[in-house]
Amino acid sequence: MTEKNAKPGFFFGSLDKLITWAQKNSLWPFGSGLACCAIEMIATAASHYDISRFGMELFRASPRQADLFIIAGTVTNKMAPVVRRLWEQMPDPKWVVAMGNCAVSGGPFPTYAVLQGVDKILPVDVYIAGCPPTPQGLLEGLMLLQKKIAKEHPTRMIYARDARTTE
Amino acid sequence: MAFKEIELNMGPQHPSTHGVLRLKLAVDNEVVLRVEPVVGYLHRGIEKLCEHHTYFQITPYTDRLDYFAATQNNLAYLLAVEKLAGIEVPKRGQYIRVILAELQRLASHLAWIGFNANDIGAMSVLLYGFAEREGILEIFEEYIGARLTIHSLRIGGVPHDLDAKIISMILAALDSIPARLKDIEMLLSDNRIWKHRTQGVGVIPADEALALGLTGPALRAAGVRWDIRKNIPYSSYEDFDFDVPLGTNSDVYDRYLVRLEEIRQSVRIIRQAIAKLPGGESRAKVPKILKIPAGEVFHSIEAPKGELGFYIQANGSEKPERVKIKVPSFINLQSLERMCRGYLIADVVAILGSLDIVLGEIDK
Amino acid sequence: MPEMREQLNNFPILQNVFDKLSRTFPGQELVFSFDRQELAVRVPKEHLLKILTFLKDDCGFNTLSDVIGLDNLNIRKEGEKRFAILYQLYMFPAVQRLRVRVEIGENEVADSIVPLYPAADWAEREIYDMFGIRFAHHPNLRRIYMDDEWDGFPLRKDYPLEGKK
Repeated sequence: MTEKNAKPGFFFGSLDKLITWAQKNSLWPFGSGLACCAIEMIATAASHYDISRFGMELFRASPRQADLFIIAGTVTNKMAPVVRRLWEQMPDPKWVVAMGNCAVSGGPFPTYAVLQGVDKILPVDVYIAGCPPTPQGLLEGLMLLQKKIAKEHPTRMIYARDARTTE
Repeated sequence: MAFKEIELNMGPQHPSTHGVLRLKLAVDNEVVLRVEPVVGYLHRGIEKLCEHHTYFQITPYTDRLDYFAATQNNLAYLLAVEKLAGIEVPKRGQYIRVILAELQRLASHLAWIGFNANDIGAMSVLLYGFAEREGILEIFEEYIGARLTIHSLRIGGVPHDLDAKIISMILAALDSIPARLKDIEMLLSDNRIWKHRTQGVGVIPADEALALGLTGPALRAAGVRWDIRKNIPYSSYEDFDFDVPLGTNSDVYDRYLVRLEEIRQSVRIIRQAIAKLPGGESRAKVPKILKIPAGEVFHSIEAPKGELGFYIQANGSEKPERVKIKVPSFINLQSLERMCRGYLIADVVAILGSLDIVLGEIDK
Repeated sequence: MPEMREQLNNFPILQNVFDKLSRTFPGQELVFSFDRQELAVRVPKEHLLKILTFLKDDCGFNTLSDVIGLDNLNIRKEGEKRFAILYQLYMFPAVQRLRVRVEIGENEVADSIVPLYPAADWAEREIYDMFGIRFAHHPNLRRIYMDDEWDGFPLRKDYPLEGKK
């Protein structure tokens, strides 16, 4: 109990800052582009809005090489097991961004075939609303994720093994 | 050497399948024997939703079908509703609809050339295509406030008129397109690698293409002169002068050339429409609650992907009884099997790209 | 019938088709309707393949645009069957359209037209998936949008929008 709430101290605190700085400035997205939001995600990666400024231009095709899962588009009931399996194949540490109204809560489709929100099967870190969100909206959400990563304590795994830093 | 057939899965998540499409390939070493597409990973139930919404409320749902060219879907649906209800769109409204729809056709083809070239390996063309697309999306952001799924047309006409600022933005975007096309052609059209990967690949003879229901640029690349803008003109297309490009060899290379030429023809149409824009109203008077008496209608247009049609059955209330969407990519994908037989696994990616499918409209 | 022929005076090709059909299939309960400049004909289920073969070979309707399924549970009149299937035909290069309608009752099996028009393959699978109408002699009658194990037919009028729990 006290280990979990203990302050890291100067050495581990600085090591935390170094590790999270490296992590948040080199996120490699796994672009799971499902529907219309995928096009805005690609437009964000293109030259005008340039996601490469944030270090995220390397969209990996394989989940084993990525650490940021951007779910862009509608997740249907048929696709839900596939999305869950892809998330499980990603190695730790990993983060999930739900982009667009469909991924956040089913969007404009309250039907028999659509999963009403991807957080029913995955833990989500940042929700970005919009149908589709503009590239500026996606970048704002990613910057929010970077702020969230900066507050984490990855070195806890060294001095407090039983406390998990990311879930 | 013993013959062994292997089943290879190009799963629903794949960088080159343009969405969530699953292809089950049966291969013998590198040669493809059978292709079975499995769709339905993006089925959202749009047709059932249409039965629970009014005619006005359905228009934004049609944006999400072919999300590269949202205005074209709106146009197909609205023309069917107006035919059913007997509403006459004023001439100025029709011309503005043509301008917006052709701009979306440009955006769709520019994105297509980017994706197809990226699949085959030419990554810079993706960035060129999207950079040009940004100019067009900014026009729509100025006009209606959104970039991608825009709901830019209404029953009876268009929501806003075109003012001088938007027209100057459109002309600026049109002026920059020829230079960009020249860049893309310089990179691809005489490139030995591009020709080696696309010429003679994915050939389908014209009569088989017609029998399988293929429509759009893939059919025109087979030499069949089918363009609904010329055959059954809608929304004043008969007032404009443009050519229909045709191919001869019906392979991936010809489909690429046909689409590049269609971009040039679209630029021509938009310039003519702006020059000849008539005065008057841009939207007809439509009652706030639109009830259409019982009847049915089928209407189709030439969307960038092929022939997009809407069948609407009305029942006297303000909600339709049945809306069925005739989707070009759905029927074009059926001929993928015929086109891939006997080619290599790497060619499947090139052929699938040349068919230009969108999973949003296939799965409705 | 003569009034129907009158209405088609401005559409000579369709009038020709009307004449040919009435002549070749007299007394077969062909019900024509011409509304909003579209010609539609209702044919009995047993003669569908015969009439479509005639339309394709002799009248020139060489392509199929779409196959549409309808559930008339809420709007049918007395004695009418529950489902209907529409075939939207197209004549190329002379541009004309024709809609052929067939009524199917619950638990009846329709005839597949895939041997005639290969473009109908997936459209018929979609009708089976969404409405539950089976097609005889279809090469691959399986669900296309929903999972294979899905229970129920979503586009039927008595299927709820949010789905069954």
